Formats: sequence, C-alpha cells, structure tokens
Amino acid sequence: MKPAVLSGVHFITGDVACAEGALAAGCRFFGAYPITPATEIAEHIAGRLPEVGGTFIQMEDEIAAIASILGASSAGVKSMTATSGPGFSLMMENIGLAACTEIPCVIVNVQRAGPSTGLPTQGAQGDMMQARWGSHGDYKIIALAPISPQEIFYQTILAFNLSETYRVPVLIMTDEIIGHLSERVVIPDKSEIKLASRPRPKGRKDRFLPYEPGPNGVAPMAIAGKGYNIHVTGLTHNEKGYPDMTVECQKKMMARLTGKIQNNLDDIIKTEGYMLDDAEIIIISYGVSARTCHTAVDELRSQGIKAGLFRLITVWPFPEDQICQLAKQAKAFITVEINLGQIHLEVERCVKNKAPTYLVGHVGGTIITPERVIETIKEVS
Amino acid sequence: MSHQKKAVHPLDDLIRTDRLPHIWCPGCGIGTVFSSTLIAMKESGIDLTKTVMVSGIGCSGRGAGYINLDSFHTTHGRAIPFATGLKLANPELNVIVFSGDGDIFAIGGNHFIHAARRNVDLTIICVNNLNYGMTGGQVAATTPYNAKTTTTPTGNPERPFNLPMLSYASGATYISRWTILHARNISDSIQEALLKRGFSFIEVLAPCPVNYGRRNKEKPFDTLKLYQENTIIKNKAHPFELDIDFERGVVLGKFLDINRPTWTDMYNKTCRPKDLLE
Repeated sequence: MKPAVLSGVHFITGDVACAEGALAAGCRFFGAYPITPATEIAEHIAGRLPEVGGTFIQMEDEIAAIASILGASSAGVKSMTATSGPGFSLMMENIGLAACTEIPCVIVNVQRAGPSTGLPTQGAQGDMMQARWGSHGDYKIIALAPISPQEIFYQTILAFNLSETYRVPVLIMTDEIIGHLSERVVIPDKSEIKLASRPRPKGRKDRFLPYEPGPNGVAPMAIAGKGYNIHVTGLTHNEKGYPDMTVECQKKMMARLTGKIQNNLDDIIKTEGYMLDDAEIIIISYGVSARTCHTAVDELRSQGIKAGLFRLITVWPFPEDQICQLAKQAKAFITVEINLGQIHLEVERCVKNKAPTYLVGHVGGTIITPERVIETIKEVS
Repeated sequence: MSHQKKAVHPLDDLIRTDRLPHIWCPGCGIGTVFSSTLIAMKESGIDLTKTVMVSGIGCSGRGAGYINLDSFHTTHGRAIPFATGLKLANPELNVIVFSGDGDIFAIGGNHFIHAARRNVDLTIICVNNLNYGMTGGQVAATTPYNAKTTTTPTGNPERPFNLPMLSYASGATYISRWTILHARNISDSIQEALLKRGFSFIEVLAPCPVNYGRRNKEKPFDTLKLYQENTIIKNKAHPFELDIDFERGVVLGKFLDINRPTWTDMYNKTCRPKDLLE
C-alpha cells in the first residue's frame, strides 16, 4: 500500500495540499462534484484514495456529494467533500442535517467571487456569513481560514480532528488564490501528526443512548452495522434519537448542539497576533487577505505607525472575547476581507463603539493590495 | 390491571414498539409494505446487525423511524446518495432505501437514475401512493392524468412517470412492481433483492384514501378492488407496457433480474492497485 502521509518537501498548490492533508488526517472517503476552483482537490484525491484503501466517487451533483459523505461518515469512515460558491449553496440543507444529527464531516469551500456564477476563476471571501448561517435554523459549525498551502495542509488535519472531537461539520473556508497558489509545503513524518477520532460508546448496546452527551458535551457515536440499532433523524430528537415534537425537546437539543461549541471555545478557537503588543491600529483579517496585511504592518511600522495584525485562523466560532479585549487598547480597527463587509460586522459587534471600525474590502476577483490597507490606515489615523 | 398476556407480534423484535402508535392514517398502504419488508428481511437470513434502512422525507420516509435496526431519516430526496455513502464506505452493510414516490422520483429523481446507472448494491423500496401524502395531497411525478389533487384542483395535466421503465433505462438489475394486495409477492421480491448484488427496485402501489382517494371518488375499498380486478401479473413484461392506467389495467410482476458488476466491483477492478485486493 502506498503511504497516506507523503512526508517530505513538496512544491504544490493549496488544493493539492488540502487533499494531502485530508489523507494524512485519515480521510478515506471523498464525495465529489467538479467545480472551479475546487476541482483540483477532487482530481488529486481521486488518484490517491484507492491506493491507500479509501474510496472516491464523483456524484451527480453537490447535494449528492455531501449526502454521500454523511452516509460514509455514518459507516465510520472519515469523509470530505470540496466545492465552491454555487456548490456550497446546494450543500446547505445537508450541512444542517450534519449539524442536527452530529455526523462528523469536512467541507472545503474554495471561494470564488459571487453572487451566482460570478467569477469562477477568481478569488473572493464572500461566503463567510453563508458558512455561519447558510442552513436554516440556529446551529453552530466550525470554520477555518488558511493563509497558505502549508497551512491548508495542517488546517485540513485540524478540521478532521475538530469534526471528530465535536461531531460537527467543519468548513475550510479557503479561496481561489490560496487554492491555486503553488508553494513549498513540508509534510511531516506520520508520527508527528496527532489524530482525533469521534468518541465511541462503551457499555451495554441495548442501553446506549445515542444523544446522551459526555463530559465535554459531545455524545459518543455508534457507527452503522455494529449492533447498536441507532436511529438518526433530522427531526428534533431526544437522547434516544427518537423524534420528539415538543418545545422542551427542541430546547434541550439546541442547548446541546450549541453548547458543545460554546463551552469549548478555548480548545476550538485559534488566532495569531503579529506586532500586537503595543498596536494602536489593529487590522483584523483571515485567509489570503491576512497575507497582504503582514506586508502592510511591516511598512506602517517602518513609518512609525503602531499597526498590528490579529489573524483569525478559526473564523467561526468568532473570537469575541479576544476582540473585546483588544478593543481596550486599540485606537481603531480595520477589517480586511475580499467582500463588502461580512466579518467586519462581527468586529463592529465586538468592539461596541469602543473604537472606530473601518472596512477595507472589495467585491472580489483580486487580492487586496498592501497599498490599499496602508492608504486607509493613513487616512484614518 | 389486566391479566391478559401481552400480545406479541412476530415482527416485534424488528419494530421500535416504543414509538407506536405510528403516524400512518387509517387505510394507508405503507404499513403493509413495511411489514412485508420486515418479513423479507427476516426470511432472507441476511445479517440484520449489518443491515441499515435509509429513508428520505414523507409518509413512507417515516419507515426508517420504526425499524429496530440502524436507521437514518435523512433530507428530502437524498436517501439514495446517503445510502450510497454508507454502502461504499462499508460494502459489508446491506443497505435498504425505504421511501415514497415523491421523495425518490421528484426531488430525488436525479439520484435514483445515477445510483441505478452505477449499479450501487442497494435495495430501493418505493411506496407509490400517487401523491404527496404528508403535506396533504399534492400532485406528484406519479399522479395519473386528470387526477385531482390539492394543487391540480381541476385535474392533473401532466403525464406520470413509468417507474419500472425509468429504472430499466437507468440500469437497475432487478425490477418488480406489486400492490399492497400482493403482500407475499412483495416479500418474495424484496427477499430476492436483498440477496442480490446490484441495484434493485421494487415499486409497491399503495392507497392513500385520506388525501388521494377522497379527491378522486375512490373509497378505501374501491382502491383495493382496482388492485384486484384491474391488474394483471405478467413477469418479464416489456417496460413500455408498464404505464399506470387502471382503466386499461396495470401490469405487475418481476420484470427484470439480471447480473452485472456492482459499483464496488468495478471500482476495485479499475481503480484499486492489484496488491490491495489480495
């Protein structure tokens, strides 16, 4: 059998690094549907999965792609799909099913400019709110935003680990620019990669309650074919997994679904600070946009302006506490993202008028240059 | 306190009796299809621990909620791709899709034809009650010409699907059609399908007196009479003969039972390195 972890130094695109990250994370099922600019993930993993004992299938549409990974994950196999805007929209209903039934899965969105067919070959970060709220009802997911092909490799492993640990869909919200960017990617030795698996039930099978939460709020998961006779439904369900159309049951289920994320924020949220200690102007950014912000911070510092960067590695759940904390020291916040202001709204919400907040954003298709960030900061400072 | 011995039904071990009473209306045909399915599962001798039922949404889609095995009640129309993922990820599982005509053939029609084309080893049981029952009786992709439903108050202007012909054209390897009056035949067909490696399709005509019959001057007993008097069993009938028209007569039977490699067979042969197969 060929190795699943291709340890060594590679020069590969973000899309390929994502596929290799999935294999290193133990992903052994991929339900695909081609869409620019995510297709290369499917193309790469289509060749790799069968040689490591996994299974690849190109389904008939994105709805089938995500439904298939939920089925495969229910059979106990770590599963993933990858798409872009239009496909992401089609996947929304089943993201809700995964959230409600707590089936672990990883969904990659290589974002392109929308709305509708938009600019298929050009990057954007316009699906960030859709990632959070796209399926109907209240629910919580985890979303990550990688800054480079190297980071997408690690974030894909992290995505699987979080998905398994919390039994929640994890979205990797990358973009066309990172997806198609070739860079040096170092894949470590297999022994250096830590993997998490969903909690497994213990004790008597006939007394097992599929939705009775464990200590961290996450219920152990029985997989199909092991004799637990589980029932899984997208209807509001009780701890037994049975439909229960009462307000009390809805309340209890929703408390569990949101609580398992909300009560584990310290474990889930990852952020990175750059020159933040004495920063008066704080840039908030993520994904490809954060790359250009690094350059902007260096340039502003060389001109004596105390700028710093707060980078979201985890975008959802949103690092509210960290930003509230930063609001005590900052004179201004600048959110940099390739959209007309999505995460910007979250920053505004957390800063709560303690400092002015500005957006450097545009409608998508190109990156935001460091010059634009510098220009805006000079105007406001 | 009653001293009567608690009645035990021979299928109780396969039913989540703690979920009774079920939601199906008086006169509904789904229960007959469901019990015929359970009988077939028992009689087939398959390992029930490794048997999974997947449903979509709708009246028949509640089937998965009543079987006392691993069962998945998924989203509307998506039972088949969900089932495909289960089967491909663990080929040892016996995967049954139990759902209705609206779920499998309208919103989920695309998934049906592709799973049949791929010959995924699934057993698809479609309860065809000619309308959307759960939502109160709207026109479906199977509603006959001129039939009245809440969304076709003056009659259905559209042509219904011929489901066995659609299955045949899509690549199914086992196709049969019965009505709920043919409970024994349903069980036999499902048993054959469960033991067969390949994509199997069983259509069962079932009455929906509350929502369909009521609007089409068909009393519950009239529908059963139609099933008895206006049907003919013709095994291996040509798919062209299988339109549902009770005035001309509806053809029932086992229409197809052939073998071709399943998706997993072909994937292993075509995509898997040889050393991994030994």
